Amino acid sequence: MDTANLVKMANRIGDFFAALPDAAEARAGIAGHLQRFWEPRMRRQIVAHVERGGEGLSSIVREAIEANRQTLAPDRAA
Amino acid sequence: MNATELQRPASARALGDDTDYGTPARAGAAVSLTIDDREVTAAAGTSVMRAAIEAGIEVPKLCATDTLEAFGSCRVCLVEIDGRKGYPASCTTPVEAGMVVRTRSPMLEKLRRNVVELYLSDHPQEDTPGTNALRSLAQSLGAGAERYAGGATHLAEAKDESNPYFAYDPARCIVCYRCVRACEDIQGTYALTVSGRGFASRIAAGQDQSFMASECVSCGACVAACPTGSLLEKSVLARGRPEAATVTTCAYCGVGCSFRVETKGEGAALEVVRMVPHKAGHANEGHACVKGRFAWSYATHADRVTRPMIRERIADPWRETGWDEAIAFAAARLRAIQAEHGRDSIGGITSSRCTNEETYLVQKLVRAAFGNNNVDTCARVCHSPTGYGLKQTLGESAGTQEFRSVDKADVIMVIGANPTEGHPVFASRLKRRLRQGAKLIVVDPRRIDLVDSPHVKADFHLQLKPGANVAVINALAHVVVTEGLLDADFVARRCEQHTFVHWRDFVALPENSPEAMEPHSGVPAELVRGAARLFATAGNAAIYYGLGVTEHTQGSTMVMGIANLAMATGNVGREGVGVNPLRGQNNVQGSCDMGSFPHELPGYRHVSHAAVRGQFESAWGVPLAAEPGLRIPNMFEAALDGSFRGLYCQGEDLVQSDPNTQHVAAALSAMDCVIVQDIFLNETARYAHVFLPGASFLEKDGTFTNAERRISRVRKVIEPLSGYADWEVTQLLANALGYPMRYAHPGEIMAEIAALTPTFAGVSYAKLDRLGSIQWPCNGAAPDGTPTVHFDSVAHGMGKFFITADVPSDEKSTRRHPLLLTTGRVLTQYNFGAQTRRTENVRWHDEDRLEIHPVDAEARGIRDGDWAGIESRAGDTVLRATVTDRVAPGVVYTTFHFPESGANVITTDSSDWATNCPEYKVTAVQVTKVTQPSEWQQRYRRFAAEQERLFRSRRQSDAAVAR
Repeated sequence: MDTANLVKMANRIGDFFAALPDAAEARAGIAGHLQRFWEPRMRRQIVAHVERGGEGLSSIVREAIEANRQTLAPDRAA
Repeated sequence: MNATELQRPASARALGDDTDYGTPARAGAAVSLTIDDREVTAAAGTSVMRAAIEAGIEVPKLCATDTLEAFGSCRVCLVEIDGRKGYPASCTTPVEAGMVVRTRSPMLEKLRRNVVELYLSDHPQEDTPGTNALRSLAQSLGAGAERYAGGATHLAEAKDESNPYFAYDPARCIVCYRCVRACEDIQGTYALTVSGRGFASRIAAGQDQSFMASECVSCGACVAACPTGSLLEKSVLARGRPEAATVTTCAYCGVGCSFRVETKGEGAALEVVRMVPHKAGHANEGHACVKGRFAWSYATHADRVTRPMIRERIADPWRETGWDEAIAFAAARLRAIQAEHGRDSIGGITSSRCTNEETYLVQKLVRAAFGNNNVDTCARVCHSPTGYGLKQTLGESAGTQEFRSVDKADVIMVIGANPTEGHPVFASRLKRRLRQGAKLIVVDPRRIDLVDSPHVKADFHLQLKPGANVAVINALAHVVVTEGLLDADFVARRCEQHTFVHWRDFVALPENSPEAMEPHSGVPAELVRGAARLFATAGNAAIYYGLGVTEHTQGSTMVMGIANLAMATGNVGREGVGVNPLRGQNNVQGSCDMGSFPHELPGYRHVSHAAVRGQFESAWGVPLAAEPGLRIPNMFEAALDGSFRGLYCQGEDLVQSDPNTQHVAAALSAMDCVIVQDIFLNETARYAHVFLPGASFLEKDGTFTNAERRISRVRKVIEPLSGYADWEVTQLLANALGYPMRYAHPGEIMAEIAALTPTFAGVSYAKLDRLGSIQWPCNGAAPDGTPTVHFDSVAHGMGKFFITADVPSDEKSTRRHPLLLTTGRVLTQYNFGAQTRRTENVRWHDEDRLEIHPVDAEARGIRDGDWAGIESRAGDTVLRATVTDRVAPGVVYTTFHFPESGANVITTDSSDWATNCPEYKVTAVQVTKVTQPSEWQQRYRRFAAEQERLFRSRRQSDAAVAR
């Protein structure tokens, strides 16, 4: 799947949750949204992208994915 | 009976009761009176005529009908009332306690006979296939035409046959005004009047024009109201009087009108004569629109494909084959793809036009037989943000009210919807309420008809720029919060406090004020302030919204913003208020309810929920995937990537209805097995390897769920032309894949749905037959269904506020693409036009046009009717221009009912952050004057012509349609 597209989608999710006053809640919201609505191959791909540096991702999104790598993509290649 | 409240709602009517009671029902205290020596009781306000007919006493009538207020012109319903002089008309006389009425006497007979003989003197002798109340009345009175014969008549007047669906024969008209009144009070279009006086009084459409040339919208209300067959369906004139009727539900929009399908003949000789709106229909109460009422001939159009077809590659001609071979071919290919590319490499799409039972089976096929959750439905591209946004805030993925609730609204806000075009029967109801004095706020970039119509004018039209929805809703909320207009009591009792406090502080920020928003939204601040004050203080405030809210990058955000506003002003949880999504398709609500989304099982339970998944695993006998599947746009991306290669698509036309057509076509071309099940060879079928013929709604047995959560029966009138119902085809495929399905009747499927889905627990065909329709939730707590949803009956019990920061769309006007394109619908064409393009409705709208403001048109040298090229970053196409000031400068608009318009070639992959619902409503474009079709259109024409040739040259099967 087009990584640039996934990055754009993830950033937009981040834009919504970033408005929450509590940063931890915002990160949990972002990761939760990805977990609930993104199919595993999409999650694996975005996690892999973050592990390669996460270019283009907003910082809150990158943090949220990093903190939840294991839940988002449990069976990805190490 | 004592004087207790007769609390019957104004539209109550027992099922199967087609009696015309003469005047509308009333609710009120019981009144006792005597009619023809009988003790009779009626609600206060009821006419004597209705009280009599309700008691089983026949009262003759011509100008009275129970869908219209009494008029008192025909003088045939006269009665005698003790203590009153003369012979009052029973239709205009309300009942009073102790009244003594006689409907029969020698004098009354004489008077009635005389009136009828006067009518007969100017009425044709020949019979008509339509019903003629005058003729029936004449027979029962023994009246004839001889007494007043020989005078001037209207018998030689020319007929008006301009409308494709009905004819007006002035010779049969008795000037009872029923048609005029129907056009005013029921439809609200005011297209008809009576011109002339005395003998010269004649019904006139528009300014003495033909029906077709006037403002008439062909809803058929006048035809239904006409007592003499002066206005009559052409199909009745052609085919003769109907002999039988079956009640079913319309297959067009989300209003879900109930119809009597009137037929003649039996078995193979059965033909549909006409569709008559069913008075006992809870959604429509006897009204309809041009589509459901008249545009049903597509069901038997010559383009219907009735035999299965297969081909190896899409460049090959189609080959007709029997069902066994087609299903085996499809199943083998799907399994081969899974063997090579993995279990998750195939998926399915459920139809929002097929029944609940059919949709349920498709998602069950994907989950249980394919073994993954790659199932989705067209709601993805229309109301998926409604599902997400309302679930988050109010706790349920559906609207809270029934249509009738608008009758109690004091102020109505319509956002991003055009109900007079998209939900006309509901719009008629809305207009009636507006004529009674309710206020109207319209939030739309275009000056839709509702802004300024006969007897209807918006108090506020917030003509915002496309993409500024959230800015406007935040600005409205800002006014409510900072000017002390909150319903603090409601918020304290029914909403989560901490989410409320965060939200309140957020909208109160200066950057959310109408003044700060004005440059971005394009709406003057004082209009926003005025609209907000009106909304918060006028009484019951209801919000109705459509795809102009959801089809945006912030669709879900906007839905939450709407719910926030409704909760903050206490406008949730009773009649006359609420958040009302105007769902588009006849069964898109049902499709979502049935678990068509990749992340939810039936009843909106997430697939990761172990206990719920366990129940389904138990019932279905297989383990089920716990992770969300691919959504439609993700399927296309994965197809281009090579990881998604097979698709079973029932009743949806992705190539025409999804955005970024070239992208969709490329994705489909990359797949190894595309199976299309539909009634016509649609645009998606051009990329298919298997075509399975589907069934129209006239051939369906099952249920649809409309925008009111109202489940209604669809009853078969014709046997499926292909030999199988759509649900039977899914069952064949499941069995061929090795997953057994053995349903014998759709009722069994509904029983399974009810057993597994708490909100449907009490639904059954027997109960549907008894009640007519059921609004879910229907279970122990609400055995007869739930018209108005209150917080205490939904999942989390308390309303939640969500912060809705405005994030501008990527689709911004730039120097290269300085205009913003938005899209919409017209009344006479439906969605991508597959049905309505194959009917006479093309007489009203036979091409999609580009609306452009005079200033923008002039700058480009474009005049009305010129060809205009429209280009976006996704592609370009050509449309003919309509120069109009309905759109603001900087905004252009088009419809998408014709595939060759290529409206979706221009729309982009920009989509809602939460659901991927495409942003059809905002595309940055440039418009230029052109002289020839676009390159895409030329390619489209060549490709379409080639696919047509491959279809026409198909190797036809000699085998009879075998089961």
